[in-house]
Amino acid sequence: MGKRVAIVGTGQTYMRSARKDVNGQELINEAVTAALADAELTMKDIDAVVIGNMDHFEGINYVDSWSVDGSGGYLKPIFKVCTGGTTGTTVAMCGYYHVASGLFDRVLAIGWEKNSESDTTGAIITAFDPVLDRPTFGGAVGGLALTAQRYMHLYGATEEDAALVAVRDRKHALNNPYAHLRLEITVEDVMKSPMISYPIKYLDMCPRTDGACAVVFASEDVAEKIAPQPAWVLGVVNRHNWTITGDPDLGSLESMAEAAAVLYQKLGIKEPLKEFDVMELYFPSSWAGLMWPEDLGLAKRGEGARLIREGITGMDGELPINPSGGVTSSNPIGATALLRVAECAIQIMGKGGQRQVQGAKTALATGFGGCSWSDVMIFGAKKPS
Amino acid sequence: MAEKKELLTVQSGEAEQPFNWAMGRYVSKFMTELRDNKRIVGVRCPQCKKVYVPPRQVCADCFLPMEEIVPLSGQGSIYCFTVLSFGFVDPDTGKQRPVPYTWAFIKLEGADTCLPHFVDLADPKKLKVGMRVEAVFEEQRRGHLLDIKHFKVIEG
Repeated sequence: MGKRVAIVGTGQTYMRSARKDVNGQELINEAVTAALADAELTMKDIDAVVIGNMDHFEGINYVDSWSVDGSGGYLKPIFKVCTGGTTGTTVAMCGYYHVASGLFDRVLAIGWEKNSESDTTGAIITAFDPVLDRPTFGGAVGGLALTAQRYMHLYGATEEDAALVAVRDRKHALNNPYAHLRLEITVEDVMKSPMISYPIKYLDMCPRTDGACAVVFASEDVAEKIAPQPAWVLGVVNRHNWTITGDPDLGSLESMAEAAAVLYQKLGIKEPLKEFDVMELYFPSSWAGLMWPEDLGLAKRGEGARLIREGITGMDGELPINPSGGVTSSNPIGATALLRVAECAIQIMGKGGQRQVQGAKTALATGFGGCSWSDVMIFGAKKPS
Repeated sequence: MAEKKELLTVQSGEAEQPFNWAMGRYVSKFMTELRDNKRIVGVRCPQCKKVYVPPRQVCADCFLPMEEIVPLSGQGSIYCFTVLSFGFVDPDTGKQRPVPYTWAFIKLEGADTCLPHFVDLADPKKLKVGMRVEAVFEEQRRGHLLDIKHFKVIEG
């Protein structure tokens, strides 16, 4: 068995549509500096660096070396990982694995993106099979719309149901000073916003964001000396399923259901809605916020909208989802899933300010990639036995 | 650096970086059937009997090689659809795809996976899951996924 691992510090930039005042390295440096300050560490304390982004977004393919002055990785071990939308959670998992191995005590995990530097849809299409997928591929919006439409067909969900998610998460973002979009909107506003790929409308969709996030993972030997309340990693699972876009069933997310089931069994979780205090979930569109909580066992199939309509997942509800405002409020893609991890840690460390869920002791973060793969990570205030 | 200066960007320019992707035996079979016979083929797993389209060597579930190529009729039904109404630059052509257009998962008769492709009807009010569709082929074919021009709705 490996070492127990905790998050002891987090940092993030303010999320913006275009950060022309900094280049990529400088953007990364802002998040790293903030994470080190949060942990009260210096770069000398860091044993290794893991970094990730969607390298085809900026067209820079040796980010590990290119970012050394931003990441602080000069003459340190650096690993670059890139797994599409899940990059941020994969960076976090890779940081966790480094520390859990017992070979490193303090590892810095970094996710970043300058979405403003390329055409997001075109760049995403280049991530898919060049022969069998790309010629007809409708980008991330199109792919998310296909699974949303299938969900409508299977369960009779409506566009208004999805709008509830957009309204909830945007409302939560009002509490988060770092969020890109801080919008007070109504279901009617979402319904009136332009259709971009039926049934997804403009206000259902995540923005394109420039931003970075960094997280410090520490071993059980040093974590409690660094942070008064570390956020302990209780479990991580990653699942991939299919190769070609037309292979998986849509309207649900098999990989997320499988990842969650494996973790729940390992940790003895039977009623996730009752047993978690907060979740930060990667919903690239509002529709994902109806479907994927079902895969996480929070609602029966087709009943995702009930969680929002009854206020269960609002800030005062039984299980607040996305106190940060989530992905539909901020989406620096390579950092997006790492923000879910950082925000879970912030909740457990009690540093959430206006977005704090009082007394949060257990938290779950997800990452989502492409049209079918998933990462799930669970955190707790109590050191695992 | 406190002084406020102009903030510049630089454009990458028009340079192309062409690739030559090998299709392998299975996808080459799929593409030559489209080109020469206007026929869509899949492949069947010897263990779970699942029929995959397009064909590929390995069944992901069983992790076994597949050999049995299965001809499909070219007809099927819509599994799910979206109508794209935002324009974006297609990285294959460098041109904006004309909008609106319909992108759908097509469940071909005899296949267990879907073939994502275009459908010739772009009205979400008229489109329905389960609608019957049929492949329409280009006159000039080259061994490419777009040898199928689109799928035509043949029956509501």
